[in-house]
Amino acid sequence: MLRTQAWKRYNWRVVWLSLLYAVFLIAAVYGFKHALIPRSVRYLVAILPALPIVGIFVAIGRYLVEEQDEYVRMLMVRQVLWASGFALSLATIWGFLDSFDLVGHADGYYIVIAWFFGLGVGGLVNKYTLGDGGC
Amino acid sequence: MENRLRILRAERAWSQQDLAERLEVSRQSVNAIETGKYDPSLPLAFRIAELFERPIEEIFVSPSRRSSKAI
Repeated sequence: MLRTQAWKRYNWRVVWLSLLYAVFLIAAVYGFKHALIPRSVRYLVAILPALPIVGIFVAIGRYLVEEQDEYVRMLMVRQVLWASGFALSLATIWGFLDSFDLVGHADGYYIVIAWFFGLGVGGLVNKYTLGDGGC
Repeated sequence: MENRLRILRAERAWSQQDLAERLEVSRQSVNAIETGKYDPSLPLAFRIAELFERPIEEIFVSPSRRSSKAI
């Protein structure tokens, strides 16, 4: 793990956004389950848990802008490319299997889980090709 | 890219960490450049050249020159 100043800032942002995600998700699930959400704000409450996840994507973008160490930045770019390739490939394959009724329908947000898993795949690729697990 | 960074660093008895601090990059960056796993950007290559007070081509071996020698 390469701990640059930009990486520390990125970590803090992700920690806070993850906490916010947990709070929003619990509140939204509880609110909908107990029919506490007025009709007028249902859409707003439904997307609340998504906003911190969008924030994490922004945090990754800011990290890439703020990172001064070009090699460390390249490691993260490689991870993001692996994550994107992995998640989009998985979504495409699953989409066709779903179209032919060979698998069950998956909610759209699973693509995000696949993407974050892909970041881990990218980290492993960095480790085995460059010797640095990176960010 | 093949380079003489390790030799130049050894001449000054600098560790990778010493060089990294002088260049304001991570030790991993220095290691990746030394081992040829990562080619530095032009601005970083100039910083390295200025630090060692050598022209860039005395530190980094041009890939085209290297391949023409091999031929």
